[in-house]
Amino acid sequence: MIEVLKRNKAMAVSPLKASQPVGGVLAFLGIHKSMPMLHGSQGCSAFAKVFFVRHFREPIPLQTTAMDQVSSVMGADDNVVEGLKTVCEKNRPAIVGLLTTGLSETQGTDIRRTVKMFREKHPEHVNVAVIPVNTPDYSGSAESGYAAAIEAIIDTLVPDAGTANSKPGMRPRQVNVLAGSMLTPGDVETLKDTIERFGLRPLCLPDLADSMDGHLGSAEFNPITGGGTLVEEIASMGESVATLVVGASMGKAADLLKALTGVPDYRFDSLMGLSSVDKLMLALKQISGVPVPPRIERQRSQLQDAMLDTHFMLGQARVAIAGDPDLLYSFAWLMHGMGAEVIAAVAPARSPQLEKIPAGAVKIGDLEDVERLIAGQPADLLIGNSHAAHTASRLGCEFLRAGFPQYDLLGGFQRTWIGYAGTRQALFDIANLMTARGKGEIEPYHSIYSQKQGEPKDVRYPGGGYAVAAAVTGG
Amino acid sequence: MKAKDIAELLDEPACEHNKKEKSGCAKPKPGASAGGCAFDGAQIALLPIADVAHIVHGPIACAGSSWDNRGTRSSGPELYRLGFTTDLTEQDVIMGRSEKRLFHSIKQAVEDYSPAAVFIYNTCVPALIGDDVEAVCKAAAERWGVPVVPVDAAGFYGTKNLGNRIAGEAMVKYVVGTAEPESLPPGSERPGITVHDVNLIGEYNIAGELWHVLPLLDELGIRVLCTLSGDTRFHEVQSMHRAEVNMMVCSKAMVNVARKLQTSYGTPWFEGSFYGVEDTSRALRDFARLLNDDSLTERTEALIAREEAKVNQALAPWRERLSGKRALLYTGGVKSWSVISALQDLGMTVVATGTKKSTEEDKARIRDLMGDEAVMIDDGNPRALLKIVADYKADILIAGGRNMYTALKARLPFLDINQEREFGYAGYTGMIELARQFALTLESPVWDAVRRPAPWAETVSLGHPVGREMFYD
Repeated sequence: MIEVLKRNKAMAVSPLKASQPVGGVLAFLGIHKSMPMLHGSQGCSAFAKVFFVRHFREPIPLQTTAMDQVSSVMGADDNVVEGLKTVCEKNRPAIVGLLTTGLSETQGTDIRRTVKMFREKHPEHVNVAVIPVNTPDYSGSAESGYAAAIEAIIDTLVPDAGTANSKPGMRPRQVNVLAGSMLTPGDVETLKDTIERFGLRPLCLPDLADSMDGHLGSAEFNPITGGGTLVEEIASMGESVATLVVGASMGKAADLLKALTGVPDYRFDSLMGLSSVDKLMLALKQISGVPVPPRIERQRSQLQDAMLDTHFMLGQARVAIAGDPDLLYSFAWLMHGMGAEVIAAVAPARSPQLEKIPAGAVKIGDLEDVERLIAGQPADLLIGNSHAAHTASRLGCEFLRAGFPQYDLLGGFQRTWIGYAGTRQALFDIANLMTARGKGEIEPYHSIYSQKQGEPKDVRYPGGGYAVAAAVTGG
Repeated sequence: MKAKDIAELLDEPACEHNKKEKSGCAKPKPGASAGGCAFDGAQIALLPIADVAHIVHGPIACAGSSWDNRGTRSSGPELYRLGFTTDLTEQDVIMGRSEKRLFHSIKQAVEDYSPAAVFIYNTCVPALIGDDVEAVCKAAAERWGVPVVPVDAAGFYGTKNLGNRIAGEAMVKYVVGTAEPESLPPGSERPGITVHDVNLIGEYNIAGELWHVLPLLDELGIRVLCTLSGDTRFHEVQSMHRAEVNMMVCSKAMVNVARKLQTSYGTPWFEGSFYGVEDTSRALRDFARLLNDDSLTERTEALIAREEAKVNQALAPWRERLSGKRALLYTGGVKSWSVISALQDLGMTVVATGTKKSTEEDKARIRDLMGDEAVMIDDGNPRALLKIVADYKADILIAGGRNMYTALKARLPFLDINQEREFGYAGYTGMIELARQFALTLESPVWDAVRRPAPWAETVSLGHPVGREMFYD
């Protein structure tokens, strides 16, 4: 167990953190016919919206209670009621995620009571699920906001086994998936495919693969989410045969689901790397009674082969990673498992996972901390969100984009990192970065007695070759 | 900020909206609002000042989702690209430690990054818990001998537009007039040319497009003391009061700065744009006219004749390809008229334009350019935009980045005109880039491909290629 260094400076420089409301919004983007609404000033929503528009390159449904000077001081409960009414009337959502912000939390809003007010005043919208979530942006990070939203969805929409008269396994092929915030739409898609290969039916909460996967739908315009978990299906989670929980941050939500329904769960801290994925396959085999399909066994052996091929480049590579705790944990163990050295791991907020990260230094901080933790040491690779591109260029190391936001990489939002095949591609890509870096190449030496005096020295062409021939022939 | 101060900023005599019943900046409607807040507007207006440490005082949402999010370029320092925030914690809020954290943040910024100045952007949470940001700034400036400027712009004060004004107000109140301009660099003087000092207010040097225009001004002997705020240094803002003429570039968002500089220093100002051949020439002529220098006027006319001939020749092949293309322009309104003129220069037809943020004067100008039947769009929700595209048979939607995916989902060509874009369109040279970008998207084969159904599918084609049947409910 490693000692996690705490935040030890007043100001965050080049922040790594995305706020809790941002994470909460992401969770609701994975629910069908959903409209997240931030209870705050309209900038809270505008920033979050641009954040996701740039990351997903998709229109993003997101509304605001538009608190102003007067309502910030005198009380903004009416804004919530009016906002919910307007959204219900205008956009006809099945579910509204009502997320608080720093502004409304500081003001002291009782978000659950405002929902009650709305219910009393507007019984005509009784069929719209409204999920209040406390996501002050002055604590946690996107990961914890996302987790809080999932917990609140379960709390509001999943009935306890007694009331619903449900029993685990009433739907013997249905498997719940609590998909943590480190999973991309591509990851969720892969996970669902894998589950289906075992003859099971995945019920993902949330299902970003069905909403934020970047598909060109037939509708020209849709003000709410056009895919994701069906609200009415969430109530049936108590009848599933098992629950897969991906990401330690989903722990509290998983505890709640288990307490309500009694459905047994299988928890995974990571689905990257051979052994993590092996655990998943084992669990699916147990749940379904079906042997691991030959196709998946083949992928496993492909990953093993790739691990052999890439270990030349990844072995001893010095890697720094910046990201939310679950993602950080997954990448750190993947790199560690390939013989790389994780010299610095930085997370924006605390999590018990941080203590279990195999790294030279683990810190709660920002991108400047990444630079400072490895100052003076050589680094080969930085893994982080798009903001870290500058950090990588200052450190003079290679850069792999992962996490939120990725605004300068097409397809980053949907990249599959998990499973045997996803891991294999990640390894290939990292290995290619290392190759382009020309790691281990011997620097040219110019003899003082050489007859080649006066020629241009060290003219490097792309690919690492030297312009020796051109100089010698004078061409 | 007190309600009285906000009301004062909303009452802008130089803004035409003042004459209407509702004052300039409409109240946002809960559940149906888009667009940024006052903090967003203030930050975006000042962030391009490159040698300043811009510290956002608030919890993470304000800076965390917005830093490093603008296409503005610097020719020197890159300090403005770093995101600084006090990243307030729950304990700070509850225990009242946020002022202390701010004070130490300023110290940290000054010690680690030696900025020319520090700007503090106040946000909702500290505004609500009553942090005295101005006092902290004052104390910090005295303690560390670096100017520390409070920009009190909590999001709940109002809209992005108000935030622009708050930013301008802060510059006028705390920065302008606190230093004199440098003398001219040795060797820069040329015989027969008197050098005149001007400011460009509201020019953000998006994608470096100001650098298309600066060589022309250099040639004419016009020194830009300060661009508020593209590629600017703190010292340049300090010296703004010495300009002989101010140009309001494109938008009126910071019109309060021009007006106050006129009131305090008697500097005349005009409103102009560097988008389009005609407008670029007009801006240069306006400078010559207000600077009242015969030699300058003469040289300006010669330069315009030369540059217009050059650009017209370069644009000729593009005009042929673009002529008759129909565009729907939705910029939210600020820059509508200047872009219309640029599109007309390219031989394109603007079928409708957004006017949500336009002033009455802007609208009159649009009518001048487009005729009295000009379609003006006040409500730019995506569905309405697409309906107008279909009704008026537009070939392309020109709008800000947030509407890009609305267009692409509807299989409609799109050009990004707002601040996040990657290409510079200003000046004579910028027009050629604009033409190239138009042709690139309009002539792309992907549009046909995405509109055609799969060969095995028995469905009608999706989207609405111009000239074919529309599919609307």
